[in-house]
Amino acid sequence: MAQIIVVTSGKGGVGKTTSSAAIATGLALKGHKTVVVDFDIGLRNLDLIMGCERRVVYDFVNVINGEANLNQALIKDKRTPNLFVLPASQTRDKDALTKEGVGRVLENLGKDFEYIICDSPAGIETGAMMALYFADTAIVTTNPEVSSVRDSDRILGMLQSKSKRAEEGLAPVNEYLLLTRYSPARVATGEMLSVADVEEILAIPLLGVIPESQAVLKASNSGIPVIIDQESDAGKAYSDAVARLTGEEVEMRFVNEEKKGFLKRIFGS
Amino acid sequence: MQKPSLELKGSSFTLSVIHINHTDLAAVANELDSKLAIAPQFFIGAPLVVNLGAITDANYNLAGLKDLLISRQLVIVGVTSAPTALIKQAKALGLAIIKSGKQSETQPQLPKTTKIVRQNVRSGQQIYAQNGDLIIVGAVGNGAEVIADGSIHIYGNLRGKAMAGANGDKNAVIIAQSLDAELVSIAGQYWLTENLQAHATSKSGCIRLAGDALTAETLSL
Ligand SMILES: Nc1ncnc2c1ncn2[C@@H]1O[C@H](COP(=O)(O)OP(=O)(O)OP(=O)(O)O)[C@@H](O)[C@H]1O
Ligand SMILES: [Mg+2]
Repeated sequence: MAQIIVVTSGKGGVGKTTSSAAIATGLALKGHKTVVVDFDIGLRNLDLIMGCERRVVYDFVNVINGEANLNQALIKDKRTPNLFVLPASQTRDKDALTKEGVGRVLENLGKDFEYIICDSPAGIETGAMMALYFADTAIVTTNPEVSSVRDSDRILGMLQSKSKRAEEGLAPVNEYLLLTRYSPARVATGEMLSVADVEEILAIPLLGVIPESQAVLKASNSGIPVIIDQESDAGKAYSDAVARLTGEEVEMRFVNEEKKGFLKRIFGS
Repeated sequence: MQKPSLELKGSSFTLSVIHINHTDLAAVANELDSKLAIAPQFFIGAPLVVNLGAITDANYNLAGLKDLLISRQLVIVGVTSAPTALIKQAKALGLAIIKSGKQSETQPQLPKTTKIVRQNVRSGQQIYAQNGDLIIVGAVGNGAEVIADGSIHIYGNLRGKAMAGANGDKNAVIIAQSLDAELVSIAGQYWLTENLQAHATSKSGCIRLAGDALTAETLSL
């Protein structure tokens, strides 16, 4: 049975798509056959970050509507074996996603894949609800600021009441916190919430802390998931998170302010 | 349009009830006279209901009792709690058969139920404990609401809204391990964050009503 993982947040722009691409790539790099599905109908950008936007012919909605089969719509990643992308439609609206349609596609994907990563749109409308409905695991992507934390709390409430698992009284969805765009320096000055603050409020296990990093922008501009860039702190942090997701115990990095050396302090970094 | 010559409207009145504990009319007359001697204005002319709950004799002389009471200027409007055997006699004497509040069919009180929630209440969620207390083992997040007709106990941080005594129970309380609430209210009296910060000196505490005003008490939980 495939594991369905939704990357969700409530609030927009916190790093869901960046994280979906990185985590799907990380799982594939570990040898797990993985597909990442874009639920952000009308605002697709997963294919951009995955670097396959020029290869999109058919999309998720085409498959739901029976206009194409899965094999026609799935895009095989050029760089990473075991990795596939199911892109979203740029032209339809979010109501194209129906519970039966999404359920059918996920069921078919489940026959072939170990992991199905669902990149959720922001908000709590149909698209976001469809992305989380079938989830076994939720990665609640949160920035260290009050409004993002509050929206994450809201999404956790939805997972507990509106998911298929909740409706059918099955074991609850596994919930993980992924803290993104974390800047220890800004935590120290009190501009941002600390890891401990966010953990205290949301009270779910911490999957990882991804530092604010230039490497992320660079990676998305070149269409290469940041986890491929193992020189970067964000790339390393995503690798750690993927390891934890597959049950490994890895110590948290990038949570404390880096002590700058004497030269770095003078010349900057 | 002409006003109708009669109208029926329901009303309730408070009536004095005289309990007859003995079948011996002479004894009743004696005791009645001594009571009337003490406070005649209390009885004379006032409508009375006769409670016959203690009378078991099916051949009880109800007519005799009625005459006795009338002779003392008491106005008998009816009987209550009469044994079935006496009801016919009472009707024949022109007395109403009155059911007291306790005897009449009252709405059965729902048993009080306590609601226990063993997880965090998240933003956007609302939990209502109808007709009882609410116990949360977990936190109540910003934007979450917990409501109870009874009291609310939170074994965690209260950051959202808590409304106890939602049905008007002024004895209800709100107890939380940590009070950072957006709003607390008891029987409709409420405090917002700033009122709470002004009154609550410690993190864990109990909010209750003292008269018509809320107060915060320190609790070490
Ligand atoms: N760790 C990071 N460091 C720096 N920038 C980041 C980081 N993570 C994400 N970003 C930037 O934040 C922006 C939003 O990221 P992303 O598109 O992944 O968010 P999203 O949650 O998917 O947004 P939406 O809600 O619109 O779908 C992008 O410009 C991305 O480059
Ligand atoms: Mg996105």
